[in-house]
Amino acid sequence: MKKMKKSTRTAFLTYLSVILVFAVMYALDSAGMLTRSLSGQLVPICCYMSMAVSLNLTVGILGELSLGHAGFMSVGAFSGVIASMYMKDIIPSVPLRLALTMIVGAALAAVAGVIVGAPVLRLRGDYLAIVTLAFGEIIKDLVNCLLVGYDSKGLHIAMNLTGNMSINDLGLEPTGVAIIKGAQGATSTLTIASFTAGFILVMITLFVVFNLVNSRAGRAIMALRDNTIAAESVGINITKYKMMAFVTSSALAGAAGALYGVNYSSLQATKFNFNTSILILVFVVLGGLGNLWGSLVAAAALTILPEALRQFSDYRMLVYAIVLILVMLATNNPTLKAALGRLKPSKKQEKEAAGNV
Amino acid sequence: MKKKFLALMTASALALSLAACGGSSSSAASSSAASSAPASSGATSGAASGSAGGTFKIGVIGPLTGENAIYGQAVANGAQIAVDEINAEGGAIQFEMKSEDDVADGETSVNAYHNLQDWGMQVLVGPTTTGASTAVAAEAYNDRVFMLTPSASSTDVVSGKDNVFQVCFTDPNQGIGAADYMAENMADSKIAVIYRNDDAYSQGIHDTFVSEAAAKGLEIVYEGTFTADTATDFSVQLTGAQSAGADTVFLPIYYQPASVILNQANAMGYEPTFFGVDGMDGILTMEGFDPALAEGVMLLTPFSADATDELTQNFVAAYQAAYGDIPNQFAADAYDAVYAVKAALEAAGCTSDMDAATICEAMVAAMPTISVDGLTGKGMTWAATGEVSKAPMAVVIKDGVYTLPD
Repeated sequence: MKKMKKSTRTAFLTYLSVILVFAVMYALDSAGMLTRSLSGQLVPICCYMSMAVSLNLTVGILGELSLGHAGFMSVGAFSGVIASMYMKDIIPSVPLRLALTMIVGAALAAVAGVIVGAPVLRLRGDYLAIVTLAFGEIIKDLVNCLLVGYDSKGLHIAMNLTGNMSINDLGLEPTGVAIIKGAQGATSTLTIASFTAGFILVMITLFVVFNLVNSRAGRAIMALRDNTIAAESVGINITKYKMMAFVTSSALAGAAGALYGVNYSSLQATKFNFNTSILILVFVVLGGLGNLWGSLVAAAALTILPEALRQFSDYRMLVYAIVLILVMLATNNPTLKAALGRLKPSKKQEKEAAGNV
Repeated sequence: MKKKFLALMTASALALSLAACGGSSSSAASSSAASSAPASSGATSGAASGSAGGTFKIGVIGPLTGENAIYGQAVANGAQIAVDEINAEGGAIQFEMKSEDDVADGETSVNAYHNLQDWGMQVLVGPTTTGASTAVAAEAYNDRVFMLTPSASSTDVVSGKDNVFQVCFTDPNQGIGAADYMAENMADSKIAVIYRNDDAYSQGIHDTFVSEAAAKGLEIVYEGTFTADTATDFSVQLTGAQSAGADTVFLPIYYQPASVILNQANAMGYEPTFFGVDGMDGILTMEGFDPALAEGVMLLTPFSADATDELTQNFVAAYQAAYGDIPNQFAADAYDAVYAVKAALEAAGCTSDMDAATICEAMVAAMPTISVDGLTGKGMTWAATGEVSKAPMAVVIKDGVYTLPD
């Protein structure tokens, strides 16, 4: 057999481990062997994994800092909630509705990504960080003004910009349903998210990102990250490739947000604040910039950790912070890195030895 | 030591429940529990079966840390006092309580709820805040776990869920109550409203207040908004209210921003009548706030720590002895919630060996039949929809205490 490229091997190993972990967790969950605490977190963990991988595309692979990734999640979540509530009578099949919900979330987040990216990605420097930071805050305030209801005439949407309107101003029929009520957010969403959907989302995210990275476009994107001037000199269209990575990243975040949105019956815009953006950035940094399976592991571990620390009661977030600092220190420890480095060449030598035989 | 004590308690509770099952002794046990309990007049429905008993596991959820910690801690402490009292009584029904932190966040709250389920929770008293409660209520409805929230005031929490009940007023109730009170007592005042438009609680009350005020012919001259990020400076809103000639400022907000508003209004020499709702409760005990600034503030609250009835005084004394603070309305709501749970368990005849779903069905049927005399109202009753019926009370802050307005 022809020797597989290293990148392809990493991709296949990551797919395989995700599938294995999913199969094990699914079996345990169906057998009722997971604690309620863990089985309730499966869907959010999948969402955060997908968020981390998609942010890694912007931060690790494109090399631009984004501080508003939760903003794209928010766009995906609320558009997903609207879509799923709107389609609840039209499409009775839950899996199909869920898929469409995620597609709508991804599409709208991609539009938001284009709007944010088009002016900013033409610039050089840390402008993306500033603009995405602002974007996250703007989205929060916009959703706080958003009033959406649904009745037999269709969707009713109003922007409560003056602060004087309420859901009653939509003029819904008595049988109408209020979907998003401004600051109160989405309060009566039907929860249709499932662990299987979360798994498929993570797989699609990985598939898209791995294939983008290992394609011609991906090599161009990484060339931009490593040396913009050199990349430009060989005729790479900087803005085009930056946009490609950034919009893909926001679309995937939108899909994750849509799944997250339909997992909880109540959702407020304030959930997707700056802290959430930073949390996802922490997943990426902890897992390693450009390291996709690292993002997966970090997202899962850091989502479970605060719950696992509940025995510390009021001090749990303190313990969480200490654990986080220790992990960051440990993974950057030169001694530890050297130890890991010693492991790697031996592997390579073994393979070479095996190849020679 | 603690384990031994717990084991002893469980054993004694078991023995009690066994005795209760004996038949003839059962009615005596439950009736003595009902009569000696200070707050619950539990079984008004004579049909209460006498076999209620055992140690029930109650879960409490609230923000024990973070910016809303004062509410969650009040709820956990208030519930703990009620549980301790009930256990000390030694009646047929005993409680074991565990409180979990949710930082007032929906996702964390659902996690806390699942965590409590792993612990073996049979009845949920919580969550404390509205957004978190709405998220948990959907889960509790699917899982068939009986949920009684002490303080989540939105109608979204209970609507469409037969097993979710509230101890506090609903937002519409508060908005309408405030508007009605103003229409009756200060009909010709010019009203300004300052509310937080990224908060479910604040916007909910604002919306109902505005529509009821319009129906009652009240004049609203100014509406100002703020968000969590801009809750540190209110000079724009206050100047707006002042220049619009408002002599009454309605504040359907929590007490932290309210304290800033009072401070700034004082600094600029603007002295309207400030009118708050139950979120204003707690302002007098806030650290670093001069209670003199709250002089003359009116608020709508079901609980006043200065009430002279024996029940309130005992509760305040116990709370101060245990936690060193004057309890606020949230603590009182939680205290009442535990007694309401006890009354419903008695009326439904539940035993602690039933699973959460069985208890839930029995309690859902029993809830509309009970009546509880609690700290936050005499003769509280519940509609099958989950909303409580009790009278709101307007108080005015005078010399640093709540007093009834003249």
